[in-house]
Amino acid sequence: MTRPAVPTGTDPVTETEQNGVGEVADQSVGQGVGPSVTEGGDPAVQDRRPGGRAAASARIRATLGDHLRVVLLAVGLLVLIVVSFGLGRYTLGPVSVVRVLAHELFGLGGDVPGQNRAVVMDIRMPRILAALLVGAALASSGAAYQTMFRNPLVSPEILGVAAGAGFGASASILIGLDTTLLQIISFGCGLLAAVLSLTISRVVGKGSLIILVLGGIIIGAMFNALISSVQYFANPETTLPEITFWLFGSLARASMHGLIVPAIIVAVCLVVLYAVRWQLTVLATGDDEARSLGVNRTRIWALTIGASTLMTATAVSVAGIIGWVGLVVPHLGRFAVGPSFSRLMPVTALIGAGYLLAVDDVARTASSLDLPLGILTALIGAPFFVALLAKAGRQWL
Amino acid sequence: MAVITETPDVEVNGLSFGYGRNGHRITDVSLSVRATEVCCLLGPNGAGKTTLLRCLLGLLKPESGTVRIAGRDLGTLTPRELARSVAYVPQSTSSPFPFTALDIAVMGRTPHLGLLEAPGAADRRSALAQLDRLGIARLADRSFAALSGGERQLVLLARALVQQAAILILDEPTAALDYGNEVRTLHVVAELAREGHAIIMTTHQPSHALTYSNRAVLMRGGVVIADGHPDDVVTGESLSDLYGVPVHVTGVTLPPGYDRREMRTCVPIPTPWSDPQLEPRTRNSDH
Repeated sequence: MTRPAVPTGTDPVTETEQNGVGEVADQSVGQGVGPSVTEGGDPAVQDRRPGGRAAASARIRATLGDHLRVVLLAVGLLVLIVVSFGLGRYTLGPVSVVRVLAHELFGLGGDVPGQNRAVVMDIRMPRILAALLVGAALASSGAAYQTMFRNPLVSPEILGVAAGAGFGASASILIGLDTTLLQIISFGCGLLAAVLSLTISRVVGKGSLIILVLGGIIIGAMFNALISSVQYFANPETTLPEITFWLFGSLARASMHGLIVPAIIVAVCLVVLYAVRWQLTVLATGDDEARSLGVNRTRIWALTIGASTLMTATAVSVAGIIGWVGLVVPHLGRFAVGPSFSRLMPVTALIGAGYLLAVDDVARTASSLDLPLGILTALIGAPFFVALLAKAGRQWL
Repeated sequence: MAVITETPDVEVNGLSFGYGRNGHRITDVSLSVRATEVCCLLGPNGAGKTTLLRCLLGLLKPESGTVRIAGRDLGTLTPRELARSVAYVPQSTSSPFPFTALDIAVMGRTPHLGLLEAPGAADRRSALAQLDRLGIARLADRSFAALSGGERQLVLLARALVQQAAILILDEPTAALDYGNEVRTLHVVAELAREGHAIIMTTHQPSHALTYSNRAVLMRGGVVIADGHPDDVVTGESLSDLYGVPVHVTGVTLPPGYDRREMRTCVPIPTPWSDPQLEPRTRNSDH
């Protein structure tokens, strides 16, 4: 019998591939151990029904199914985007929308009516892009936080980022700053909140995850108190409604030039999360095990917290506080492709983008008023979450 | 069949570690384990067995002394290099997420993947091959959390095999298992040692050392008090002394048809002898 592979030597995968699954099965564990194994008819060690193997090898190919699911989701999202462009007070059919987009983005097809062009490119484009961006950012940072904290009930607000960013925005409105400055200050305050939570966990808890969560709750409560005090001092005729509306979440402020920097930040963070996708998955099984599997926990935590926090702060600075997306959408993703973050992340980003776009479509078309997004996501999210608890809650308790 | 290599796979020299001022500590532990050895760590609770394992896994930084893995100082190995040489089988693992058994097993490929890589079909195939090898390929798609304790232990063992490490470290692998699964798991462990793994495991059952290991290390108060072949160091006196209860080690003759005729096992001696529940039967069978 051969010795197990030397640490740095041959690639064990090629070895197994040569053997094939079927042959490996023949190296019975029971062999030579003693007659008690072979006589005992023990089900755990001896049952190698070919049926079981066939079912399991289907799982290996099932990644194809996973890829298919991602493609289907992407196609569904494209359809939703086209439909969304058509929705609104000036309704457009899908064909008109596609003609405008083809002409404006790719220079294809003939001229399109100027009014259609203005509605699609100038009025609806920024808002739709913002919905996709914010939805993808919130959902994937929620999935990353849930995986990292090994807790399916965690949301992107966990480190107090949303409260911090909300305070920054409220204060900016109070002193009358323009949208660009508001976004910068809101983003900065969101990061400040996360840094304070992390400092608490480092100083008090030596980097413990539970102390980090507690630190986030403390910092979140502090910034929420600051938001309330800003509202208390705001002018009830002018700034207070603006602050309140902003805190409820809205994409009405979205503009193309205001989306460039947020889009770059979110894109970079998504790439970072995608890069750590597998190491983060392994971390979800436990610290000691992940480290014994060669995962550098500190590095993965730093990258995950960094990317998720930047995305959350960006999302809040663009769209205000929109709860529930980062909590609920990762669960939809898990239903679709399972908990492994490498499959979960792309799917969650797609569903998050589509979910927020759909909710925003409702927000801007359901009534003559622009309904606040945070209220709609909570109204849809709460019953959904009850259903989720009823279905899967027992696993968590 | 035994392949005795020049360098021991695990070599511990003068290792000391302590958790704070009043916590558990191990002092000046020296130990070397080679391929094909199953080394059982025995000792009462708080003897420092798990602390020693955690030092070997690089989870704790020793205060003094060295740990060498296949001749290389543990401190100079990256976590990934260490994971390619040493695999860890915990008592159990839990995650709030519904990972499948195959998901868990394929995690053994992690130290062999690029840092930015996720496992592909070839990795899943190699994980499935190890599940199949342990006879649990049929569990591949089942949720790990929904498996029985014995099945979970085999999945974790499969993950360690996927890891392709020469050294396996098992922390009370049978603590949560029923008798049948305990025996099955230990059979697998003994077989892996025969194939050339070096195995270090902690256990609270001295009979595991007598039946399945060829090396026993007795620890108490963070110090190694005996180290050698189980036949030499696992005796009635040493166990009675180690655990502070009277234990008798005795030989058992197996019926014909097994490759082993003689086995040793240990039984606790019930005390006090005057216990009316125990005395009559013992006395009757004596006469």
